[in-house]
Amino acid sequence: MATTEDTIGRTKKINLTRSARTPFRSYFDFFMTFLTGAFTILTIVPLVALVWDVVRQGIDRLGIQSFTELPPPPGLEEGGFGNAILGTLITLGIAAAISVPFGVLAAIYLSEFGRGTRIAYGVKFATNVLAGIPAILAGLFAYTVVVLTTGGFSAFAGGVALSVVMIPIVVRATEEGLLLVPQEMRQAAVGVGATNFQSISRIVVPAALPSIATAVTLALARAGGEAAPLLFTALNNNFWSTDIWQPIATLPVLIYFYAIIPYEAQKEIAWAAALVLLGIILIVSISSRLLARQRL
Amino acid sequence: MNSDTINTPNSTSSNTTQEAILRAENVSVTYGSFQALRGVTLDIPKNQVVAFIGPSGCGKSTLIRCFNRLNDLIPGTKVGGKVTYQGVDIYGDKVDPVQVRRRIGMVFQKPNPFPKSIYDNIAFGAKINGYKKSEMDEIVERSLRQAALWEEVKDKLKESGLSLSGGQQQRLCIARTVAIEPDVVLMDEPASALDPISTRKVEELIQELKENYTIVIVTHNMQQATRVADLTAFFNAEAEEGGKRFGYLVEYNKTEAIFNNPKEEYTRQYVSGRFG
Amino acid sequence: MSSLAEHSPRKGQSLEKQVDTVRVFDQSFYWLAVIGAIGIGGVLLWIAVQIGLSALPAIQSYGVDFLTTTTWDPVRNIYGVLPQIYGTLISAAIALVIAIPVGIGVAVFLSENFLPNAVRTPIALAIELIAAVPSVVIGLWGIYVLIPFLRPFYNFLYENFGWIPLFSTPPRGNSLLTLGLVLSVMILPTIIAISRGSLIALPRDLRQGALALGATRWETILRVLIPAAFSGIVGSIMLALGRAMGETMVAAMLVGNSNQITPSLLAPGATIASLIASQFGEAGREQVAALLYAGLILMILTLIVNILAEIIIQKFQNVE
Repeated sequence: MATTEDTIGRTKKINLTRSARTPFRSYFDFFMTFLTGAFTILTIVPLVALVWDVVRQGIDRLGIQSFTELPPPPGLEEGGFGNAILGTLITLGIAAAISVPFGVLAAIYLSEFGRGTRIAYGVKFATNVLAGIPAILAGLFAYTVVVLTTGGFSAFAGGVALSVVMIPIVVRATEEGLLLVPQEMRQAAVGVGATNFQSISRIVVPAALPSIATAVTLALARAGGEAAPLLFTALNNNFWSTDIWQPIATLPVLIYFYAIIPYEAQKEIAWAAALVLLGIILIVSISSRLLARQRL
Repeated sequence: MNSDTINTPNSTSSNTTQEAILRAENVSVTYGSFQALRGVTLDIPKNQVVAFIGPSGCGKSTLIRCFNRLNDLIPGTKVGGKVTYQGVDIYGDKVDPVQVRRRIGMVFQKPNPFPKSIYDNIAFGAKINGYKKSEMDEIVERSLRQAALWEEVKDKLKESGLSLSGGQQQRLCIARTVAIEPDVVLMDEPASALDPISTRKVEELIQELKENYTIVIVTHNMQQATRVADLTAFFNAEAEEGGKRFGYLVEYNKTEAIFNNPKEEYTRQYVSGRFG
Repeated sequence: MSSLAEHSPRKGQSLEKQVDTVRVFDQSFYWLAVIGAIGIGGVLLWIAVQIGLSALPAIQSYGVDFLTTTTWDPVRNIYGVLPQIYGTLISAAIALVIAIPVGIGVAVFLSENFLPNAVRTPIALAIELIAAVPSVVIGLWGIYVLIPFLRPFYNFLYENFGWIPLFSTPPRGNSLLTLGLVLSVMILPTIIAISRGSLIALPRDLRQGALALGATRWETILRVLIPAAFSGIVGSIMLALGRAMGETMVAAMLVGNSNQITPSLLAPGATIASLIASQFGEAGREQVAALLYAGLILMILTLIVNILAEIIIQKFQNVE
């Protein structure tokens, strides 16, 4: 056989050191590792800077009055954003009341009944597409469906808009949790004569309850930070309100409005509110991820 | 077990006249706290086919992966002793594993073609190792012919390597390995995932490749070893006090001698199918 | 695979009556779950139809000209969103230009064993957290911290490279470039998480095969691993593009909301989302209709991008 031996770098003397590589190959590897390492640091820097700045700017103004008092009218100094915290909780409560049962049922279908079916495939597809819909469109949707039909901006409309944001998160995370429940548990339940409903409601869902709780918490953390869906649904309110049919203040919307008006006191309140919002969301996100990791 | 017996097979094999291209001297491998292999010494002579046989867990795959430093990829792996390739210690300070692997190729248990075209599967190694673009067509054809695959794929070189059957995929992987003209081809149970017909083709191929390459093949199939190998090394696993298992070399000799006239009792039992 | 539901009916047993009531209950639970599942698709469809229908009056009044004209005049009720479409695409493009190389680089860095696990895990967690930061907080930070920080760089660009059209206007902090920069950070977690997932999911044999041929680590990564994970990476980029185009609060707070098209990235601009967010509050009837039309355009853009992304990613998973 005609061989084409010794066409490249095969010298008589065996050289197995790096110098046998072309210089380009050697330096290229160093360079790429260095570059991607630098990218990784670069990615983290904005997060660290942002958290640092929010803490620095927000901490001064933060106090007990932040949680108990109303925001000051323009020109005045004192006050807090207690009504916005309450409003965020109320809108989130409404959103959870809609999205959790709905999302959990859909997840139960996906993991318990529909595995591998075309319907399940379609539902997962729809869930993922829904997750990609911009939050502002959830706001427009709730505006046309609720605000226009009920005759005004309201906490309820805000809750509907936020539920659209929450549903795909609840479905996906709950399904993951249900899939972690071992198949043997289901077989054992059905084996002792349990019906589907009994098996799912008494065995599968309780076993997956911690992950479902994590799913709901993550969805709440995500929705709680959204301002876009609330801008023209819940709108804003400078006073205490618990009426779900009235406009209501929320933390993200308050931060937005106070960030873009030229009053120093309002700006400070925006930073303090940002600290509260960011703090809650980061704590919730970190702890639920750590919990989820422990279970695995 | 007395430790003399581990090293003696070396002396029996050294009566083969060819020079040793690869040499393991007292090689031990540990993964973390687990010792996979203990005190192996053997020579791989040039242009011969050497088979490693033995029960699973005996360290034969571990040893073959020392020859191209593929164990480097598993964190916590320590290789003791010395492995030399043409007299150069491949675990030496300045040695670049990339250069080692460029000369000592490997075919894996499961066919692992790249998700690229058949042509690019072959051309990949040649390109990164500095072969000229103008030679590429020739290299691809030569390698596929060497791997006895050319006739089957010459009209569909642009199709994905994954579209081939399992046996063809394995021959593609062999072609890809010989494309860069290594000195040694390591084969880690290359036929264990294949059907009997594909297995026969791969075995025939090994016989042909022997002309140009040194081949080390790990197999759990003793018949295969008798069919393809000039020399055979038998490994065994043993438990020491405390229940920790480790692998070691029992006997290394001409294949004929290992199967017909083994010196060690363990070998006799294994080749006659009494354990393993 | 047969569903559990098919196993439950047990006809012809002695406890038939009791079993029947249990069965009815069981069946209704099954159907409730089915309705919940199909309801997800229903909600998606409802949103699309609802926004489409609400935009209908504006579509009738302004027609296709809405997409190609540049005036936004609520007083005379003349509306066109070309500058907003332009701004949406340009800011998303800036974000992708930065986030694609950085995101893929980080995904590779965190999927290989460059770092010990004890360092890699917290970094991966921190990157996930970027996605959790409320966009309104990022906007606030952008206005008061980032823009003042960037201003000297912008001035430098303008003074030294002002002859390039891209930097040809005196810098104001709020600009398409500022928005693009911030969006790039916001979409990084999407690209990193999904790309890293598809890199990690690759069979180990593939890497060993390349290394055994004498490829260096980065030759293996660039020529074998990244091409093998390509569809996952492309899918992640599409999802990130959808996020960048739809991001609202950061756009409204940082882009400057200026109704113009200029080649200069240092000039303020607008996006569809920022237009809706900043105008909806004070909008009259006609203007709300026009904003709903703009919303429809945003929805069509993001739906196309997201559906493509899903198809690409699903196809990839089926290959696995």
